[in-house]
Amino acid sequence: MNIKKEFKMLSSNLIYLDNAATTFKPNIVLKEMNKYYTKYCANAHRGDYKISHIVNDLIDDSRKEVAKFINSNTNEIIFTSGTTESINIVVSSFFSNILKKGDEILTTKAEHSSLLLPLFELAKKNKLKIKYITIDKNNHVTLDNIKKEITSKTKLIALAHITNVLGDIRPVKEIGNYASKHNIYTLIDAAQSIGHIKVDIKDTNIDFMAFSAHKMYGPTGIGILFGKEKLLEKLGPYKYGGDMNASYDSNMNIEYKNIPTRLEAGTQNIVGIIGLNAAIKYINKIGIEQIYNHDKELRTYLVDKLKKIDNIKIYNPNEKTGIVTFNIDKVFCQDVAVYLDKKNVCIRAGSHCAKILHEIIKDKNTCRVSIGIYNTKKDIDILIKALENKNILKESL
Amino acid sequence: MDNNIRRDIIIDNYENPFNKGLIDDKNYKKTNMNNESCIDNLDFIIKLENNIIKDIRFDGQACAISTSASSIMIKTLINKTKEEALEIITNYENMIDEKPYNKDLLNELNVYDEIYKQPNRKKCALLPFWGIKKLLK
Repeated sequence: MNIKKEFKMLSSNLIYLDNAATTFKPNIVLKEMNKYYTKYCANAHRGDYKISHIVNDLIDDSRKEVAKFINSNTNEIIFTSGTTESINIVVSSFFSNILKKGDEILTTKAEHSSLLLPLFELAKKNKLKIKYITIDKNNHVTLDNIKKEITSKTKLIALAHITNVLGDIRPVKEIGNYASKHNIYTLIDAAQSIGHIKVDIKDTNIDFMAFSAHKMYGPTGIGILFGKEKLLEKLGPYKYGGDMNASYDSNMNIEYKNIPTRLEAGTQNIVGIIGLNAAIKYINKIGIEQIYNHDKELRTYLVDKLKKIDNIKIYNPNEKTGIVTFNIDKVFCQDVAVYLDKKNVCIRAGSHCAKILHEIIKDKNTCRVSIGIYNTKKDIDILIKALENKNILKESL
Repeated sequence: MDNNIRRDIIIDNYENPFNKGLIDDKNYKKTNMNNESCIDNLDFIIKLENNIIKDIRFDGQACAISTSASSIMIKTLINKTKEEALEIITNYENMIDEKPYNKDLLNELNVYDEIYKQPNRKKCALLPFWGIKKLLK
Protein backbone atom coordinates (compact mmCIF):
# COMPACT_ATOMS: atom_id res chain seq x y z
CA MET A 1 0.00 0.00 0.00
CA ASN A 2 1.74 3.18 -1.12
CA ILE A 3 -0.69 6.04 -1.13
CA LYS A 4 1.56 8.88 -0.05
CA LYS A 5 0.67 10.86 -3.15
CA GLU A 6 -2.91 11.06 -1.93
CA PHE A 7 -1.75 13.19 1.02
CA LYS A 8 -0.46 16.71 0.47
CA MET A 9 1.27 16.63 3.88
CA LEU A 10 3.48 13.84 2.56
CA SER A 11 4.67 15.70 -0.51
CA SER A 12 7.87 16.58 1.40
CA ASN A 13 10.13 13.89 2.84
CA LEU A 14 8.44 13.90 6.22
CA ILE A 15 8.27 10.49 7.90
CA TYR A 16 5.17 10.77 10.04
CA LEU A 17 4.83 8.08 12.70
CA ASP A 18 2.56 9.76 15.24
CA ASN A 19 -0.75 8.61 13.84
CA ALA A 20 -2.16 7.73 17.25
CA ALA A 21 -2.03 11.47 18.00
CA THR A 22 -3.60 12.54 14.74
CA THR A 23 -3.54 11.37 11.14
CA PHE A 24 -2.90 13.37 8.02
CA LYS A 25 -5.90 14.08 5.85
CA PRO A 26 -6.13 12.72 2.31
CA ASN A 27 -6.59 15.26 -0.46
CA ILE A 28 -10.11 13.99 -1.11
CA VAL A 29 -11.15 14.92 2.45
CA LEU A 30 -9.68 18.41 2.05
CA LYS A 31 -11.40 18.77 -1.31
CA GLU A 32 -14.82 17.88 0.11
CA MET A 33 -14.30 20.28 3.02
CA ASN A 34 -13.19 23.05 0.69
CA LYS A 35 -16.32 22.53 -1.39
CA TYR A 36 -18.43 23.41 1.63
CA TYR A 37 -16.71 26.78 2.03
CA THR A 38 -16.61 27.56 -1.68
CA LYS A 39 -19.78 26.05 -3.16
CA TYR A 40 -22.51 25.73 -0.53
CA CYS A 41 -21.47 27.59 2.60
CA ALA A 42 -24.88 27.70 4.27
CA ASN A 43 -26.35 26.66 7.58
CA ALA A 44 -28.46 23.54 7.65
CA HIS A 45 -32.17 23.25 8.35
CA ARG A 46 -32.70 26.99 8.38
CA GLY A 47 -33.03 28.12 4.81
CA ASP A 48 -35.54 27.56 2.08
CA TYR A 49 -32.92 27.77 -0.57
CA LYS A 50 -30.91 25.23 -2.52
CA ILE A 51 -27.50 25.46 -0.90
CA SER A 52 -29.02 25.07 2.56
CA HIS A 53 -30.76 21.90 1.45
CA ILE A 54 -27.49 20.60 0.05
CA VAL A 55 -25.89 21.08 3.46
CA ASN A 56 -28.87 19.46 5.15
CA ASP A 57 -28.49 16.42 2.92
CA LEU A 58 -24.74 16.27 3.50
CA ILE A 59 -25.22 16.16 7.28
CA ASP A 60 -27.84 13.43 6.96
CA ASP A 61 -25.61 11.53 4.56
CA SER A 62 -22.64 11.76 6.93
CA ARG A 63 -24.68 10.45 9.83
CA LYS A 64 -25.86 7.53 7.70
CA GLU A 65 -22.30 6.83 6.60
CA VAL A 66 -21.06 6.79 10.23
CA ALA A 67 -23.94 4.50 11.25
CA LYS A 68 -23.19 2.12 8.40
CA PHE A 69 -19.48 2.20 9.26
CA ILE A 70 -20.04 0.98 12.83
CA ASN A 71 -23.30 -0.91 12.11
CA SER A 72 -25.58 1.17 14.31
CA ASN A 73 -28.90 2.90 13.71
CA THR A 74 -28.68 6.39 12.26
CA ASN A 75 -30.38 8.06 15.22
CA GLU A 76 -27.81 6.53 17.56
CA ILE A 77 -25.07 8.77 16.11
CA ILE A 78 -24.47 12.11 17.86
CA PHE A 79 -22.01 14.59 16.41
CA THR A 80 -19.65 16.00 19.03
CA SER A 81 -16.28 17.76 18.96
CA GLY A 82 -14.40 14.49 19.50
CA THR A 83 -13.75 11.55 21.79
CA THR A 84 -13.15 13.70 24.86
CA GLU A 85 -16.41 15.57 24.52
CA SER A 86 -18.32 12.38 23.74
CA ILE A 87 -17.07 10.71 26.91
CA ASN A 88 -17.66 13.81 29.01
CA ILE A 89 -21.24 14.08 27.73
CA VAL A 90 -22.15 10.51 28.53
CA VAL A 91 -20.45 10.57 31.93
CA SER A 92 -21.83 13.92 33.07
CA SER A 93 -25.30 13.72 31.48
CA PHE A 94 -26.11 10.02 31.71
CA PHE A 95 -24.00 8.18 34.28
CA SER A 96 -24.11 11.08 36.75
CA ASN A 97 -27.89 10.58 36.97
CA ILE A 98 -27.79 6.79 37.04
CA LEU A 99 -24.88 5.90 39.31
CA LYS A 100 -25.43 6.29 43.04
CA LYS A 101 -23.28 6.24 46.16
CA GLY A 102 -21.30 3.01 46.49
CA ASP A 103 -21.75 1.94 42.88
CA GLU A 104 -18.63 0.59 41.21
CA ILE A 105 -16.97 1.40 37.89
CA LEU A 106 -14.48 -1.01 36.38
CA THR A 107 -11.64 0.37 34.30
CA THR A 108 -7.85 -0.05 34.00
CA LYS A 109 -4.71 1.91 34.74
CA ALA A 110 -3.86 1.90 31.04
CA GLU A 111 -6.63 4.28 30.00
CA HIS A 112 -6.29 7.76 28.53
CA SER A 113 -6.99 10.87 30.65
CA SER A 114 -10.06 11.58 28.52
CA LEU A 115 -11.70 8.50 29.98
CA LEU A 116 -10.21 8.43 33.48
CA LEU A 117 -10.66 12.07 34.46
CA PRO A 118 -14.42 12.29 33.72
CA LEU A 119 -14.83 9.02 35.66
CA PHE A 120 -12.71 10.29 38.58
CA GLU A 121 -14.71 13.52 38.78
CA LEU A 122 -17.99 11.61 38.73
CA ALA A 123 -16.71 9.14 41.31
CA LYS A 124 -15.82 12.02 43.63
CA LYS A 125 -19.15 13.79 43.05
CA ASN A 126 -21.44 10.76 43.36
CA LYS A 127 -19.23 8.87 45.85
CA LEU A 128 -18.61 5.96 43.50
CA LYS A 129 -15.81 3.42 43.65
CA ILE A 130 -13.32 3.10 40.79
CA LYS A 131 -11.93 -0.42 40.58
CA TYR A 132 -8.99 -1.31 38.36
CA ILE A 133 -9.20 -4.55 36.43
CA THR A 134 -6.08 -6.68 36.90
CA ILE A 135 -4.00 -6.67 33.73
CA ASP A 136 -2.50 -10.07 32.89
CA LYS A 137 1.20 -10.76 32.29
CA ASN A 138 0.85 -9.73 28.64
CA ASN A 139 -0.67 -6.41 29.76
CA HIS A 140 -4.05 -7.58 28.47
CA VAL A 141 -7.57 -7.23 29.79
CA THR A 142 -9.42 -10.53 29.92
CA LEU A 143 -13.08 -11.23 30.55
CA ASP A 144 -12.02 -13.60 33.35
CA ASN A 145 -10.21 -10.79 35.14
CA ILE A 146 -13.20 -8.52 34.67
CA LYS A 147 -15.51 -11.18 36.13
CA LYS A 148 -13.28 -11.39 39.22
CA GLU A 149 -13.95 -7.71 39.99
CA ILE A 150 -17.69 -7.72 39.35
CA THR A 151 -19.96 -7.40 42.38
CA SER A 152 -23.63 -6.58 42.77
CA LYS A 153 -22.56 -2.92 42.82
CA THR A 154 -20.75 -2.96 39.48
CA LYS A 155 -22.67 -0.63 37.18
CA LEU A 156 -20.23 0.36 34.46
CA ILE A 157 -17.24 -1.04 32.58
CA ALA A 158 -15.33 1.76 30.86
CA LEU A 159 -12.37 0.89 28.64
CA ALA A 160 -10.50 1.77 25.48
CA HIS A 161 -11.01 -0.63 22.59
CA ILE A 162 -7.32 -0.29 21.71
CA THR A 163 -5.08 1.45 24.25
CA ASN A 164 -3.05 4.40 23.08
CA VAL A 165 0.30 3.40 24.61
CA LEU A 166 0.44 -0.38 24.53
CA GLY A 167 -1.85 -0.85 21.54
CA ASP A 168 -3.53 -3.96 22.91
CA ILE A 169 -6.95 -4.87 21.55
CA ARG A 170 -9.57 -5.43 24.23
CA PRO A 171 -12.16 -8.22 23.81
CA VAL A 172 -15.03 -5.73 23.51
CA LYS A 173 -17.45 -8.24 22.03
CA GLU A 174 -17.08 -10.64 24.96
CA ILE A 175 -17.19 -7.74 27.42
CA GLY A 176 -20.20 -6.06 25.81
CA ASN A 177 -22.28 -9.22 25.64
CA TYR A 178 -21.36 -10.37 29.15
CA ALA A 179 -22.03 -6.92 30.65
CA SER A 180 -25.33 -6.62 28.84
CA LYS A 181 -26.54 -9.93 30.29
CA HIS A 182 -25.59 -8.77 33.78
CA ASN A 183 -27.14 -5.31 33.59
CA ILE A 184 -23.80 -3.53 33.58
CA TYR A 185 -23.35 -0.55 31.29
CA THR A 186 -20.39 -0.37 28.91
CA LEU A 187 -18.56 2.70 27.63
CA ILE A 188 -15.85 2.19 25.01
CA ASP A 189 -13.22 4.73 23.98
CA ALA A 190 -12.68 3.79 20.33
CA ALA A 191 -10.30 6.67 19.50
CA GLN A 192 -7.46 4.30 18.63
CA SER A 193 -9.49 1.51 17.07
CA ILE A 194 -11.79 3.32 14.70
CA GLY A 195 -10.31 3.35 11.22
CA HIS A 196 -7.78 0.67 12.21
CA ILE A 197 -9.94 -2.33 13.00
CA LYS A 198 -13.51 -3.35 12.21
CA VAL A 199 -15.94 -1.99 14.76
CA ASP A 200 -19.41 -3.55 14.70
CA ILE A 201 -21.52 -2.03 17.42
CA LYS A 202 -24.42 -4.49 17.15
CA ASP A 203 -22.05 -7.44 17.34
CA THR A 204 -20.24 -6.04 20.41
CA ASN A 205 -23.44 -5.04 22.22
CA ILE A 206 -21.68 -1.99 23.66
CA ASP A 207 -23.90 0.71 25.21
CA PHE A 208 -21.83 3.82 24.48
CA MET A 209 -18.83 4.41 22.26
CA ALA A 210 -16.78 7.52 21.52
CA PHE A 211 -14.35 8.39 18.74
CA SER A 212 -12.78 11.28 16.84
CA ALA A 213 -12.58 11.94 13.11
CA HIS A 214 -9.04 13.30 13.20
CA LYS A 215 -7.49 9.96 14.13
CA MET A 216 -9.19 8.34 11.13
CA TYR A 217 -8.00 10.66 8.34
CA GLY A 218 -10.74 13.21 8.96
CA PRO A 219 -10.66 16.74 10.36
CA THR A 220 -10.14 17.88 13.95
CA GLY A 221 -13.04 19.20 15.99
CA ILE A 222 -15.54 16.54 15.02
CA GLY A 223 -16.29 13.22 16.65
CA ILE A 224 -19.03 10.79 17.47
CA LEU A 225 -20.92 9.65 20.49
CA PHE A 226 -22.70 6.40 19.78
CA GLY A 227 -25.35 5.35 22.28
CA LYS A 228 -28.01 2.67 22.15
CA GLU A 229 -31.27 4.34 21.22
CA LYS A 230 -33.07 3.47 24.46
CA LEU A 231 -30.17 4.94 26.45
CA LEU A 232 -29.81 8.11 24.40
CA GLU A 233 -33.50 8.72 25.06
CA LYS A 234 -32.57 9.07 28.73
CA LEU A 235 -29.56 11.32 28.07
CA GLY A 236 -29.68 15.06 28.58
CA PRO A 237 -30.07 17.30 26.64
CA TYR A 238 -26.71 18.45 27.95
CA LYS A 239 -26.87 21.74 26.04
CA TYR A 240 -29.80 23.86 24.99
CA GLY A 241 -30.35 26.19 22.07
CA GLY A 242 -31.27 26.36 18.45
CA ASP A 243 -32.46 23.44 16.37
CA MET A 244 -32.87 20.97 19.23
CA ASN A 245 -36.23 22.35 20.39
CA ALA A 246 -39.58 21.69 18.72
CA SER A 247 -41.42 24.55 20.41
CA TYR A 248 -41.59 26.67 23.55
CA ASP A 249 -43.69 29.53 24.89
CA SER A 250 -43.32 32.47 27.25
CA ASN A 251 -44.48 30.31 30.15
CA MET A 252 -41.45 28.11 29.59
CA ASN A 253 -43.40 25.17 28.26
CA ILE A 254 -40.76 23.52 26.15
CA GLU A 255 -40.87 20.60 23.81
CA TYR A 256 -37.62 19.13 22.58
CA LYS A 257 -37.05 17.22 19.38
CA ASN A 258 -36.18 13.54 19.22
CA ILE A 259 -32.67 12.10 19.25
CA PRO A 260 -30.23 12.70 17.68
CA THR A 261 -31.23 16.36 17.01
CA ARG A 262 -32.20 16.91 20.65
CA LEU A 263 -28.56 16.33 21.61
CA GLU A 264 -27.03 18.66 19.01
CA ALA A 265 -27.93 22.23 19.99
CA GLY A 266 -26.54 25.09 17.94
CA THR A 267 -24.90 25.22 14.54
CA GLN A 268 -22.99 22.04 13.93
CA ASN A 269 -19.38 21.70 12.84
CA ILE A 270 -20.70 21.32 9.29
CA VAL A 271 -17.37 21.23 7.51
CA GLY A 272 -16.15 18.69 10.05
CA ILE A 273 -19.18 16.50 9.47
CA ILE A 274 -18.54 16.65 5.73
CA GLY A 275 -14.87 15.84 6.25
CA LEU A 276 -15.72 12.87 8.48
CA ASN A 277 -18.02 11.49 5.79
CA ALA A 278 -15.26 11.78 3.19
CA ALA A 279 -12.76 10.14 5.55
CA ILE A 280 -15.03 7.15 6.13
CA LYS A 281 -15.59 6.76 2.40
CA TYR A 282 -11.81 6.91 1.92
CA ILE A 283 -11.26 4.19 4.56
CA ASN A 284 -13.97 2.05 2.99
CA LYS A 285 -12.37 2.42 -0.41
CA ILE A 286 -9.10 1.00 0.94
CA GLY A 287 -10.88 -1.53 3.14
CA ILE A 288 -10.68 -1.83 6.92
CA GLU A 289 -9.32 -5.38 6.72
CA GLN A 290 -6.53 -4.24 4.48
CA ILE A 291 -5.70 -1.36 6.84
CA TYR A 292 -5.60 -3.75 9.82
CA ASN A 293 -3.29 -6.12 7.94
CA HIS A 294 -1.09 -3.25 6.79
CA ASP A 295 -0.68 -1.95 10.37
CA LYS A 296 0.05 -5.47 11.64
CA GLU A 297 2.57 -6.28 8.94
CA LEU A 298 4.42 -3.00 9.34
CA ARG A 299 4.53 -3.23 13.14
CA THR A 300 5.94 -6.76 12.93
CA TYR A 301 8.57 -5.47 10.50
CA LEU A 302 9.37 -2.62 12.89
CA VAL A 303 9.53 -4.78 16.03
CA ASP A 304 11.80 -7.36 14.34
CA LYS A 305 14.23 -4.59 13.44
CA LEU A 306 13.99 -2.81 16.79
CA LYS A 307 14.86 -6.07 18.57
CA LYS A 308 18.19 -6.12 16.77
CA ILE A 309 19.21 -2.73 18.17
CA ASP A 310 21.15 -2.81 21.44
CA ASN A 311 19.71 -1.23 24.57
CA ILE A 312 16.14 -0.89 23.35
CA LYS A 313 13.30 -1.95 25.58
CA ILE A 314 10.07 -2.68 23.69
CA TYR A 315 6.99 -2.56 25.90
CA ASN A 316 4.51 -4.22 23.55
CA PRO A 317 6.38 -6.46 21.09
CA ASN A 318 3.54 -8.93 20.56
CA GLU A 319 0.51 -6.76 19.88
CA LYS A 320 -1.24 -6.65 16.51
CA THR A 321 -1.87 -2.95 16.08
CA GLY A 322 0.28 -0.16 14.66
CA ILE A 323 1.34 1.17 18.08
CA VAL A 324 4.88 0.29 19.18
CA THR A 325 6.30 1.70 22.40
CA PHE A 326 9.94 1.62 23.44
CA ASN A 327 12.75 3.31 25.32
CA ILE A 328 16.46 3.52 24.62
CA ASP A 329 18.63 2.88 27.65
CA LYS A 330 20.16 6.05 29.12
CA VAL A 331 18.52 8.39 26.60
CA PHE A 332 15.38 10.21 27.77
CA CYS A 333 12.49 9.60 25.40
CA GLN A 334 12.07 13.28 24.62
CA ASP A 335 15.71 13.49 23.53
CA VAL A 336 15.07 10.54 21.20
CA ALA A 337 12.06 12.33 19.70
CA VAL A 338 13.98 15.60 19.27
CA TYR A 339 16.86 13.70 17.64
CA LEU A 340 14.47 11.94 15.24
CA ASP A 341 12.84 15.24 14.38
CA LYS A 342 16.25 16.39 13.14
CA LYS A 343 16.09 13.41 10.78
CA ASN A 344 12.61 14.49 9.67
CA VAL A 345 10.96 11.61 11.54
CA CYS A 346 7.98 12.43 13.78
CA ILE A 347 7.33 10.19 16.78
CA ARG A 348 5.78 10.94 20.17
CA ALA A 349 7.52 10.93 23.55
CA GLY A 350 6.02 11.16 27.01
CA SER A 351 3.26 9.57 29.03
CA HIS A 352 0.81 9.90 26.11
CA CYS A 353 -1.95 11.08 28.48
CA ALA A 354 -1.98 7.69 30.21
CA LYS A 355 -0.58 9.01 33.45
CA ILE A 356 -1.14 6.01 35.71
CA LEU A 357 0.02 3.40 33.22
CA HIS A 358 3.46 3.58 34.87
CA GLU A 359 1.98 1.63 37.77
CA ILE A 360 1.82 -1.29 35.31
CA ILE A 361 4.79 -0.82 33.00
CA LYS A 362 7.03 0.80 35.66
CA ASP A 363 8.20 3.61 33.37
CA LYS A 364 6.50 6.99 33.21
CA ASN A 365 7.67 8.10 29.80
CA THR A 366 8.20 6.23 26.55
CA CYS A 367 8.76 6.71 22.83
CA ARG A 368 5.75 5.78 20.75
CA VAL A 369 5.63 4.97 17.06
CA SER A 370 2.15 4.71 15.59
CA ILE A 371 1.53 3.60 12.04
CA GLY A 372 -0.86 5.06 9.50
CA ILE A 373 -2.07 3.80 6.15
CA TYR A 374 0.53 5.82 4.23
CA ASN A 375 3.52 4.45 6.12
CA THR A 376 5.79 2.06 4.28
CA LYS A 377 8.66 -0.31 5.02
CA LYS A 378 10.92 2.41 3.71
CA ASP A 379 9.66 4.76 6.45
CA ILE A 380 10.48 2.09 9.02
CA ASP A 381 13.93 1.58 7.49
CA ILE A 382 14.66 5.30 7.84
CA LEU A 383 13.52 5.23 11.47
CA ILE A 384 15.59 2.14 12.22
CA LYS A 385 18.69 3.56 10.56
CA ALA A 386 18.35 6.67 12.73
CA LEU A 387 17.89 4.58 15.89
CA GLU A 388 20.97 2.47 15.13
CA ASN A 389 23.11 5.55 15.70
CA LYS A 390 25.20 5.24 18.87
CA ASN A 391 25.27 9.02 19.41
CA ILE A 392 21.56 9.77 19.70
CA LEU A 393 21.91 11.72 22.93
CA LYS A 394 24.73 13.90 21.60
CA GLU A 395 23.00 14.49 18.30
CA SER A 396 19.74 15.41 20.01
CA LEU A 397 21.43 18.53 21.43
CA MET B 1 31.99 28.13 22.08
CA ASP B 2 32.87 25.04 20.11
CA ASN B 3 29.83 22.90 19.51
CA ASN B 4 31.51 19.72 20.68
CA ILE B 5 32.59 21.28 23.97
CA ARG B 6 29.08 22.62 24.44
CA ARG B 7 27.58 19.16 23.89
CA ASP B 8 30.17 17.45 26.12
CA ILE B 9 29.39 19.77 29.02
CA ILE B 10 25.64 19.21 28.59
CA ILE B 11 26.03 15.43 28.39
CA ASP B 12 28.39 15.33 31.34
CA ASN B 13 25.87 17.24 33.46
CA TYR B 14 23.03 15.04 32.19
CA GLU B 15 24.81 11.79 32.94
CA ASN B 16 26.40 12.96 36.21
CA PRO B 17 24.08 15.67 37.45
CA PHE B 18 25.19 17.79 40.42
CA ASN B 19 23.04 17.57 43.56
CA LYS B 20 20.45 15.23 42.05
CA GLY B 21 18.34 13.54 44.71
CA LEU B 22 16.27 15.27 47.38
CA ILE B 23 16.77 15.21 51.12
CA ASP B 24 14.17 15.43 53.82
CA ASP B 25 15.11 18.56 55.76
CA LYS B 26 12.66 21.20 56.88
CA ASN B 27 15.21 23.96 56.38
CA TYR B 28 14.61 23.55 52.63
CA LYS B 29 11.77 25.05 50.61
CA LYS B 30 10.35 22.85 47.84
CA THR B 31 8.61 23.30 44.50
CA ASN B 32 7.60 21.08 41.60
CA MET B 33 8.02 22.18 38.01
CA ASN B 34 6.16 20.65 35.10
CA ASN B 35 6.95 21.75 31.61
CA GLU B 36 3.65 22.52 29.93
CA SER B 37 5.01 21.92 26.45
CA CYS B 38 6.84 18.68 27.14
CA ILE B 39 7.23 16.01 29.77
CA ASP B 40 9.89 17.31 32.13
CA ASN B 41 8.82 16.95 35.72
CA LEU B 42 11.33 18.13 38.31
CA ASP B 43 11.28 18.94 42.02
CA PHE B 44 13.63 21.57 43.43
CA ILE B 45 14.56 22.26 47.05
CA ILE B 46 16.53 25.25 48.28
CA LYS B 47 18.14 26.26 51.57
CA LEU B 48 18.72 29.95 52.24
CA GLU B 49 20.65 31.26 55.23
CA ASN B 50 21.07 34.99 55.86
CA ASN B 51 20.01 35.76 52.30
CA ILE B 52 22.65 33.39 50.90
CA ILE B 53 21.79 30.26 48.89
CA LYS B 54 23.45 27.50 50.88
CA ASP B 55 22.15 24.58 48.87
CA ILE B 56 19.88 23.58 46.00
CA ARG B 57 18.99 20.02 45.07
CA PHE B 58 16.68 18.56 42.43
CA ASP B 59 15.11 15.30 41.32
CA GLY B 60 12.65 13.92 38.79
CA GLN B 61 12.41 12.87 35.16
CA ALA B 62 13.53 15.21 32.44
CA CYS B 63 15.35 15.49 29.15
CA ALA B 64 19.05 16.14 28.69
CA ILE B 65 18.55 19.89 28.45
CA SER B 66 16.40 20.27 31.59
CA THR B 67 18.54 17.91 33.64
CA SER B 68 21.86 19.43 32.62
CA ALA B 69 20.53 22.97 33.02
CA SER B 70 19.41 22.08 36.57
CA SER B 71 22.85 20.71 37.35
CA ILE B 72 24.78 23.68 35.95
CA MET B 73 22.33 26.17 37.46
CA ILE B 74 22.78 24.68 40.93
CA LYS B 75 26.59 24.85 40.65
CA THR B 76 26.30 28.47 39.55
CA LEU B 77 23.81 29.66 42.18
CA ILE B 78 25.15 28.06 45.37
CA ASN B 79 26.79 30.64 47.67
CA LYS B 80 25.22 33.55 45.80
CA THR B 81 22.98 36.05 47.57
CA LYS B 82 19.34 36.07 46.62
CA GLU B 83 19.83 39.27 44.61
CA GLU B 84 22.90 37.91 42.79
CA ALA B 85 21.00 34.73 41.95
CA LEU B 86 18.03 36.67 40.58
CA GLU B 87 20.37 38.77 38.45
CA ILE B 88 21.98 35.62 37.01
CA ILE B 89 18.54 34.18 36.31
CA THR B 90 17.41 37.37 34.54
CA ASN B 91 20.51 37.36 32.37
CA TYR B 92 20.07 33.67 31.60
CA GLU B 93 16.43 34.22 30.60
CA ASN B 94 17.54 37.08 28.36
CA MET B 95 20.10 34.82 26.70
CA ILE B 96 17.48 32.14 26.00
CA ASP B 97 15.06 34.79 24.68
CA GLU B 98 17.74 36.34 22.45
CA LYS B 99 17.82 39.63 24.38
CA PRO B 100 20.97 41.47 25.50
CA TYR B 101 22.64 39.80 28.49
CA ASN B 102 25.87 39.80 30.48
CA LYS B 103 27.80 36.75 29.36
CA ASP B 104 30.34 37.10 32.17
CA LEU B 105 27.71 36.45 34.83
CA LEU B 106 26.69 33.11 33.36
CA ASN B 107 29.93 31.10 33.28
CA GLU B 108 29.17 27.51 32.29
CA LEU B 109 25.52 28.40 31.62
CA ASN B 110 26.72 29.93 28.37
CA VAL B 111 26.52 26.41 26.90
CA TYR B 112 22.84 27.15 26.28
CA ASP B 113 23.51 30.26 24.21
CA GLU B 114 22.26 28.60 21.04
CA ILE B 115 19.16 26.93 22.45
CA TYR B 116 17.06 29.62 20.75
CA LYS B 117 17.73 27.75 17.51
CA GLN B 118 15.56 24.92 18.87
CA PRO B 119 12.39 26.69 20.05
CA ASN B 120 10.90 23.43 21.35
CA ARG B 121 13.85 23.17 23.78
CA LYS B 122 13.69 26.69 25.22
CA LYS B 123 11.22 25.77 27.95
CA CYS B 124 13.39 22.80 28.92
CA ALA B 125 16.34 25.14 29.43
CA LEU B 126 14.23 27.63 31.41
CA LEU B 127 12.30 25.20 33.62
CA PRO B 128 14.87 24.90 36.45
CA PHE B 129 15.34 28.67 36.55
CA TRP B 130 11.61 29.28 36.81
CA GLY B 131 11.57 26.83 39.70
CA ILE B 132 14.27 28.66 41.62
CA LYS B 133 12.74 32.05 40.84
CA LYS B 134 9.49 30.77 42.34
CA LEU B 135 11.33 29.62 45.46
CA LEU B 136 13.22 32.91 45.86
CA LYS B 137 10.07 35.04 45.68
